[in-house]
Amino acid sequence: MKGNRLATAAITLMAAALFLALLNWGAHLFFGPYGRRLLIAWGINSLLAVSLNLVNGQTGQFSLGHAGFMAVGAYASALLAISQPEGFGPFLGDTGSYLWILALFLAAGSAAALVGVLVAIPIFRLRGDYLAIATLGFGEMIFVIVLNLPATGGARGLGGIPEHTTVLVAFGALLVGVVIVKNLVGSRFGRAFASIREDETAAEAVGINTTKYKVLAFTVAAFLAGVAGSLYAHHQVFMVPHSFRFMKSVEIVIMCILGGSGSITGAILGAGVLTMLPEWLRLQERFRLKVDPRMVIFSALLVVLMLVRRQGLLGNRELSFSSLRAAIKKLGKNTLDRKGIADA
Amino acid sequence: MTPMRRDVSSAKRAQFALLVMLLSLAGLASCGRKAPPTPSGTGRGARTESEIVIGSYMGTTGPSATFGQSSVEGMELALAEINDKGGVLGKKVRLVVEDDEGKPEVAKNVVEKLIEQQKVPVIVGEVASKCSLGAADICQKSGIPMVSPASTSPKVTEKGDYIFRVCFTDDFQGWACARLAYDLGFQRAAVLVDNTNDYSIGLGDSFSTAFQQFGGSVVAEENFAEGDKDFNAQLSKIKGSDPDVIFVPSYYQEAGLIATQARQQAMNQTIIGGDGWDSPKLTEIGGKAVEECYFVTHSYSAAEEPVMQRFAKAYRLKHGHEPDALAALGFDALHIVADAIQRAGSVDPKAIRDALAQTKDFSGATGSITMDEHRNARKPAYALLIKDGKPVFFKKILPEGETQAPASAEKPTGTTG
Amino acid sequence: MLSQQLVNAITLGSVYAIIALGYTLIYGVLKLINFAHGDVFMVGAFVGLYTISSAYLGLPFWLGILLAMGACALLGIAIERSAYRPLRSAPRLAALITAIGVSLFLENSFQMAFGAQPRSYPPIFPKEPIPWISHHLGVEMNFSQILLILVSAGLMIGLQAVVQGTRFGRAIRAVSFDLQTSQLMGIRTDRIIVLTFALGSALAGAGGVLYGAYYGSIDPTMGIMPGIKAFVAAVLGGIGSVPGAMFGGLIMGLAEVSVVQFVGSQYRDAVAFAVLILILLVKPTGLFARYQSERG
Repeated sequence: MKGNRLATAAITLMAAALFLALLNWGAHLFFGPYGRRLLIAWGINSLLAVSLNLVNGQTGQFSLGHAGFMAVGAYASALLAISQPEGFGPFLGDTGSYLWILALFLAAGSAAALVGVLVAIPIFRLRGDYLAIATLGFGEMIFVIVLNLPATGGARGLGGIPEHTTVLVAFGALLVGVVIVKNLVGSRFGRAFASIREDETAAEAVGINTTKYKVLAFTVAAFLAGVAGSLYAHHQVFMVPHSFRFMKSVEIVIMCILGGSGSITGAILGAGVLTMLPEWLRLQERFRLKVDPRMVIFSALLVVLMLVRRQGLLGNRELSFSSLRAAIKKLGKNTLDRKGIADA
Repeated sequence: MTPMRRDVSSAKRAQFALLVMLLSLAGLASCGRKAPPTPSGTGRGARTESEIVIGSYMGTTGPSATFGQSSVEGMELALAEINDKGGVLGKKVRLVVEDDEGKPEVAKNVVEKLIEQQKVPVIVGEVASKCSLGAADICQKSGIPMVSPASTSPKVTEKGDYIFRVCFTDDFQGWACARLAYDLGFQRAAVLVDNTNDYSIGLGDSFSTAFQQFGGSVVAEENFAEGDKDFNAQLSKIKGSDPDVIFVPSYYQEAGLIATQARQQAMNQTIIGGDGWDSPKLTEIGGKAVEECYFVTHSYSAAEEPVMQRFAKAYRLKHGHEPDALAALGFDALHIVADAIQRAGSVDPKAIRDALAQTKDFSGATGSITMDEHRNARKPAYALLIKDGKPVFFKKILPEGETQAPASAEKPTGTTG
Repeated sequence: MLSQQLVNAITLGSVYAIIALGYTLIYGVLKLINFAHGDVFMVGAFVGLYTISSAYLGLPFWLGILLAMGACALLGIAIERSAYRPLRSAPRLAALITAIGVSLFLENSFQMAFGAQPRSYPPIFPKEPIPWISHHLGVEMNFSQILLILVSAGLMIGLQAVVQGTRFGRAIRAVSFDLQTSQLMGIRTDRIIVLTFALGSALAGAGGVLYGAYYGSIDPTMGIMPGIKAFVAAVLGGIGSVPGAMFGGLIMGLAEVSVVQFVGSQYRDAVAFAVLILILLVKPTGLFARYQSERG
């Protein structure tokens, strides 16, 4: 019934707001500025991983150029913000500036989505390996263009970007992104994505316009990556094009694979491992190594994952309260059984 | 989001919703959007009462690692000297160095870490301008003075009044290189710039501008990317425009390769570079190709000035080979910081900042250092000539409008009033 | 000047061709883009450094290059056995991801072991331009350039002879055409695949040593860009075609040098990607296409 749906939506919204408020409060209570930088980095990487998951995990297409869309969003947002230092003007106070941030996100996402459509239409004729390489090519071309455009400052970097990204903003954007992706996946679009992933030829045979859906997934993913780019730009305040190259795209892929292709919470988990774990472990210091071993470990992990546990941590499933409860119950049940205590 | 159970009455649901709404509003209101900047003096550098901790971030790994490594070697020499003399303000000094891998994002993180976890009152870093630019934002925001030993991009100190440097800027360096080239009699310059490196772009620009101002002409401008190994295509194109000198404002790795390939194409023009060439690896890579080439840098180890000699001797003793300018700059940076703390009389970051700003005629291993109103060091540049596989002194180039001061006028010790 | 640029293009193209030969062979039999191929090239260069340089083993050049080829062949076999064979029946994407992982692993572990700093190759060949050539042809070329071009051409001719004229070559072509039917026909496909891998990797190793000797400087990330460009060359020439790889390499060299000469040196690396995208969109099977496959 309509009333029920409205109430559910309202409650979901409040729960989300409460969650964000608690997160923000906790982030300020338990973390200093350095810790918060890490949290924000996690949030941004999560959004990137969740968006890539839509293409890689849900639709089964392999994109190796995702950092390119992040770059487009980052520079679009930064340049807009710098050229309009007053934003929407002094009215509406705090909410006014949140509105301005939202506007920046929309601009960043739209720019990235536009580039996404332009890239997607020609390349989805290709399949598998060749598609991957083509996306790699496009990602690097975006880098070269950004490097040589005078407006972006090129290798000299772009500075003076207003610092809008806080823990609240980053995780708020992530939450919205997750909702978008979740709804998309749960809709008929999502079923089309899944069918393309399972067997593209069969999907075509059944009459699904695979190109249309592939382009859709790609464009939405690009939009979200653009928003992530905007978050990044307004966090770093000064950025160089080199941050958006193939290595960044590979990092995002690793996050998705680690967490489990096809799982939204998996992507967030994978992003967390890649972002936070190296800082917590601080292996380079601990073992007095010449270089940071994180890339060696992650690349080896990637190979091992493919050989041993291709579905990553969560595979296709999502982490949720009910699944956690079920898992704990199962664990408890096993322990009880083993102890010989009868179970009803 | 688990769906609401159907059997909860709507009244209860409404109450719950109201509660959640009130709580979340309270939460949002209590947390500000941004933590206000607190250039705090409390607790800084006073982790242990018996020592002063100075923070540093350097690129000790990565493609131009010798820059970071040399800087750290210089700083460590200075540290030893300082502690041998009893430290600063009666306390021993400890140096914490973090590696930023030559990446701006990592630089930002480690600087944030140094400020928050080590609670340092002052930070020394970096060499690569792009890392300094990233970190300067954080230092300025947090009110912690930052002293860059060797970043030459003018934009670094423009970040704010807490950011200093003990070297000259690319504006001056490019001018000095042009001065050198023009005074050597060259009129037609070709410029080969690394357009993925801000240092190279900036230095190339200021060279071109100055060279043309002097009356020369820039007959060719070509680009390459950091890490490239093949420059033949660019060099052939440059050859076609018939320059009499080639300016290569890059790091030593590419410079050596470019010189080698130029000679392979029977291009025997003199090649000139900036402080990016200053590394023992230059002659190792370039070999005979860089003979009779010049580069401009911050200092040279065989100088007669007593401070320079003292530093060079100590370095040679510890490491067994000649120091490069990066080591000398690291040495000077740490000494100036210690001197500023001494003059400030406390480890309060603001007091240190003010003392740094007042640095005047500080006698360093890289020359006499005075902070100008933009917190840049006004110093001469040294042009070195590569002869028999080693750089030797060629010429001292003073900033425009200055006249040569006699060597004896420089004070012999590191402390100033 | 333009003739000099031609020389530059042919030299550069020969480097790409040597790497592309290995790519095309391996893709032909395994239908897998061996992302790690450029890094095997890098390993070859390092092995060459340690065998030839007087600071280490100080062996003669020809021995060094043979050892590098052998080491890379072994490396190739190891990679195939451990990372690719177990995934033979898995979805293609898994194998691709694994290939990327192997590539990154090689780069980063070499960086850890040897540092990211470039290393200098000992001066094996004289670097001065050969006077006869300068005098009669009007271009500057030195000995290692000529060696590079000749070896590249020689390898192509030799490889083509093997692929077209020997039983082994026939087996490779059969497996490239249809793996399952080849098995049915009694060809020991696993062995063929391993041998092809070894051969392709050995070629990459040789390329690495020649590259180091010519340019004089190597580092753990040296294989990335040449690897990508060589891959584009292989695609351009037609995956599975040996002469295609050679011509693809030369065309890539020409394209790169032309862009520098006529457009602007800042777009030098972008050319590879532009060519890649163009080829994939217009004629994905390449210029000298051999095998039809569901590319489009």
